[in-house]
Amino acid sequence: MATKPEVAGSLGASSAATVTLTKKEIERYSRHLIMPEVGMEGQLKLKQAKVLCIGTGGLGAPLGLYLAAAGVGRIGLVDFDRVDDSNLQRQILFSTQDVGRPKIEAAADRLHGLNPEIQIDTFDTHLSSENALEILKDYDIIVDGTDNFPTRYLVNDACVLLKKRNVYGSIFRFEGQATIFGDPEGPCYRCLYPEPPPPGLVPSCAEGGVLGVLPGIVGAIQAAETLKLIIGKGDSLVGRLLLFDALAMRFRELKLRKNPDCPLCGTHPTITKLIDYAEFCGLRGEEAPAAQTSVPEITSRDLKKRLDRGDDLYILDVREPHEYQICNLGGHLIPLGELSKRASELDSSREIVAHCRSGKRSAEAVEFLQRAGFRKVLNLKGGILAWSDEVDPTVPKY
Amino acid sequence: MAVKVMIPTPLRAYAGKQESVEVSAATVGEALKGLTDQHAELKKHLYSEDGKLRSFVNVYVNDEDIRYAQKDQTPVRDGDTVSIVPSIAGGGKN
Repeated sequence: MATKPEVAGSLGASSAATVTLTKKEIERYSRHLIMPEVGMEGQLKLKQAKVLCIGTGGLGAPLGLYLAAAGVGRIGLVDFDRVDDSNLQRQILFSTQDVGRPKIEAAADRLHGLNPEIQIDTFDTHLSSENALEILKDYDIIVDGTDNFPTRYLVNDACVLLKKRNVYGSIFRFEGQATIFGDPEGPCYRCLYPEPPPPGLVPSCAEGGVLGVLPGIVGAIQAAETLKLIIGKGDSLVGRLLLFDALAMRFRELKLRKNPDCPLCGTHPTITKLIDYAEFCGLRGEEAPAAQTSVPEITSRDLKKRLDRGDDLYILDVREPHEYQICNLGGHLIPLGELSKRASELDSSREIVAHCRSGKRSAEAVEFLQRAGFRKVLNLKGGILAWSDEVDPTVPKY
Repeated sequence: MAVKVMIPTPLRAYAGKQESVEVSAATVGEALKGLTDQHAELKKHLYSEDGKLRSFVNVYVNDEDIRYAQKDQTPVRDGDTVSIVPSIAGGGKN
């Protein structure tokens, strides 16, 4: 994929000695210029700054908008995705009419519309061990707005190897974290978390979701930290992990230390180049046929056939009650987490078909029920999503 | 000593959906034991099979990481807050 930026902007970065603001720029940035903490000096630093935003999703949206509005002279955007209906609840870079467009294209248009004075570089690609160093090397500051562990570790490692600061933000449901990694004086992501959680222990889709405004708040914090690093003012989040709980509406702060034994940025590093991050995060094992898929299954088409011919099947829905309200197949609802306590509600002499949204939780349910002595239990392959695709398209997918 | 143990969102499902629990303990190890005694399911999410705290779970007493104090022997005092802070990766993309 492309590692050379496609330059969508009109103005390239000029040499430091000759950089000035035009009359138009002075008018645009006047609310910065009249503050001594920014002033002409700070605004010229912003104009010469080069910031790379990895991910143009929930975090990348407010981040990109505020960096562009503030006059950061060159902004790189990395994303491979297309805009989807379900993005619009929080990814405020995009409009309804952008659905289906490549995100970086829609984002570049929006940011240019906001500020035509700046240069936007777009990288329509997956960030990988092969292209990361090449893409990151031209930028002063990297901002991590990605959504998965392999890319988080990749961005961290690439930043440490290139000696670049990484403005970090992450979110989960109502909770956010922000800090700055990769500063020579501060820790890196591996100092904080040497290893990612194994795939089986991260919360399933039942606990997923995010309050739309949360990435707005955390992304705006990342933008503020980026601007402060550029102008060199204030106390940065280096060495501090900011925790935000939107439900309690509370900020807390934890001290972060550089770990002298860190394999990447410690005194005797053992990681000196980029590695295979999917393997590091245990995802290779997940892709291989795992124990989870070995439970007996039924496809949604076969289930439909059997129900139509009047077979006595007991449909067990192991999702959460709030998911049942979105759509259901009329099954008996016992959330996976309650199954061990409520298995007695089930009749082991009947044939049970367990389902969830995608088939993952119900596979666990089938495995549990088999161990509990239930002989006739099947997992609905692909869950309610497959049912919607293959049997009844009126069932909404979520 | 009565201390408050803060439970992060991803682990609340295994702790009766509570945001925090009060336990009586003199060290962090005792506080976490008090927590997992109340909520047995949390145990496998916090500890590996050999009984060590998992590497993607960090524990703080107030704002200090116990790895740089006395680990699970770190003393706690009345009114202290023990925070469990796991890594989260979400970026609101999908």
